Amino acid sequence: MSIFVDKTTRVLVQGITGREGQFHARQCIDYGTRVVAGVTPGKGGQKMDEVPVFNTVREAVDQTGANCSLIFVPPPFAADAIMESADARVDLIVAITEGIPVLDMMRVKNYLATQSSRLIGPNCPGIITPGECKVGIMPGPTHKPGGPIGVVSRSGTLTYEVVHQLTCQGIGQTTCIGIGGDPVNGTNFIDCLEAFQQDPETAGIVMVGEIGGSAEEDASEFITQHVTKPVVGFIAGLTAPPGRRMGHAGAIVSGGSGTAQGKIDAMKAADIHVCEDLGRLGELCAEVFE
Amino acid sequence: MKIHEYQAKELFRQYDIPIPEGHVAFSTLEAIGAADKLGDYPVVVKAQIHAGGRGKGGGVKLADSTSAVTAVADEIIGMTLITPQTGAKGRLVKKVLVEQGLNIEKELYLSLIPDRATAKIVIMASEAGGMDIEEVAAKTPDKIIRVAINPLTGIQPYHCREVAFGLKLSPPLIKQLVPMLGNLYRLFVDYDCSLVEINPLVITAEEKVVALDAKMNFDDNALFRHKDILGYRDLDEEDLQEIEAAKYNLNYINLDGNVGNMVNGAGLAMATMDIIQLAGAEPANFLDVGGGASAEMVENGFKIILSDENVKGILINIFGGILRCDVLAEGVVEAAKKTAIKVPVVVRMEGTNVEKGRQILENSGLDLTTAVDLKDAAQKVADLVH
Repeated sequence: MSIFVDKTTRVLVQGITGREGQFHARQCIDYGTRVVAGVTPGKGGQKMDEVPVFNTVREAVDQTGANCSLIFVPPPFAADAIMESADARVDLIVAITEGIPVLDMMRVKNYLATQSSRLIGPNCPGIITPGECKVGIMPGPTHKPGGPIGVVSRSGTLTYEVVHQLTCQGIGQTTCIGIGGDPVNGTNFIDCLEAFQQDPETAGIVMVGEIGGSAEEDASEFITQHVTKPVVGFIAGLTAPPGRRMGHAGAIVSGGSGTAQGKIDAMKAADIHVCEDLGRLGELCAEVFE
Repeated sequence: MKIHEYQAKELFRQYDIPIPEGHVAFSTLEAIGAADKLGDYPVVVKAQIHAGGRGKGGGVKLADSTSAVTAVADEIIGMTLITPQTGAKGRLVKKVLVEQGLNIEKELYLSLIPDRATAKIVIMASEAGGMDIEEVAAKTPDKIIRVAINPLTGIQPYHCREVAFGLKLSPPLIKQLVPMLGNLYRLFVDYDCSLVEINPLVITAEEKVVALDAKMNFDDNALFRHKDILGYRDLDEEDLQEIEAAKYNLNYINLDGNVGNMVNGAGLAMATMDIIQLAGAEPANFLDVGGGASAEMVENGFKIILSDENVKGILINIFGGILRCDVLAEGVVEAAKKTAIKVPVVVRMEGTNVEKGRQILENSGLDLTTAVDLKDAAQKVADLVH
């Protein structure tokens, strides 16, 4: 079992003929993901390797039965791409694009509230169910199939680091999700925690947060009330100066809120096993998850 | 991106948001000219820097005559202004805004911000104007009015009424505030703002609502569609190394420590800074060379890090992932040779072909220390700078 994606997931790639889109579509296919369609307006009828390219998402869905969209569209056009997929009733939309204006994402998020689609990202590495389906840009071989641990993170390479340490300890993963580093995103920690809690194959959860906003505090509150599986937590940004955006648009301590220490305290209060030294996160997971 | 008060007020004027008469001045002579143009005393001389708390630091002064303007402008232009927001180093003041003095009856607070959790634009208002709003929010949260607006519908009259009645304004003042809120919202949305703040918004003895201050921040991700705002950028207010890094598309923030570090990905970069401190040293910077990271990026990263003379050692932490470690190692070696590095460098990399990559580093003839994992890397670099 897994959450959100598995070997039956049928993926379409928006922006498949661009440099990034093409490269990562191939990587996903090599991993075993069923990439059934690509979408690039104006290039309908062409093929990317064996993958048929369509002008619109609706066409791609109608003709291939795609139920998941992976987005590599540049920032000025990304909000449009997400809404196009939602309008075509794609179940899961994974937006990799970094740099989408906040106001665009605010409109997208309010629009998605009226639709059935789930959005992961933007500004994220995507989602992977190791051994079954990779919808994103993460390095496949770093992951170990078979579970029993679920990983959810606001980060990209930091997630790879965490997964790498799990794999080195012989601990496999059910599903790993990067929810993205932007201030306004789709799926949040709580959505993932809820799904992992319900997934019978997931025995424990690793949650990786960072400074900015209150998503980790809200998630900690949720864990206290609804999550019975053990959770290991890590927060990046203890040494980050206040008032500065640390790379991710959402990673900023403003007016004393969103600090790493505040998040660590909230996690501890929720009985989350907080890892304070990233160098030994794998060891801590081995202890906690046995 | 931040802009100055006088620039924000230019935008306010375009959107019919009432502001005091005023002119910007880059010298005492210009300040006197600006006061003459206003034609009446007193005037207020306000230092223009990208930081709040200017009044507390002596950067805002009243002048009731030409000679007073001369004295005040002489004092403020060229001063190093230290406020709670500038840090101990302060900021050099290069310009002032000279404005007409108003008969202030009451000071209010008003701002628009995006709320990340709900994806709504929130108007915050309070009768406790002129004060630090975070302090008001912490001590007396009931004194703050919050009205959330769905960006799909935009601002409606009832949003404005909620704010106006919440501020306990008289009917003539409500009539002024309602259209003003509509205009502020339009300005916020038209320019992709991340903050519009008026503190204080004043009510004058003549029963006028006027924006006495104006602070605007913009979403960097949206600047591609606001070329006019880029014209407001003031490089004097920015860190030199950070300007240089931005030219190379590097995400760099200068800090006070002595361990330079270069990492791919923002989250991992923050975590690397944290682990450097945990190992007993202090990070000299935040530097994210991008999730992919290329040889060219690494070379530029070296240049930026080495331009900080406090740096006594460098830690490179790259999680290769799809980028192969042997390719990366070659890039590091090439960049290290080109930039003639005189401080010890610890390299930690992980991902595809990691063994091959380590071999390349070891055979390079350069003084590079390789680390097996993150913990090892942090410890090695901390030992080297001690």
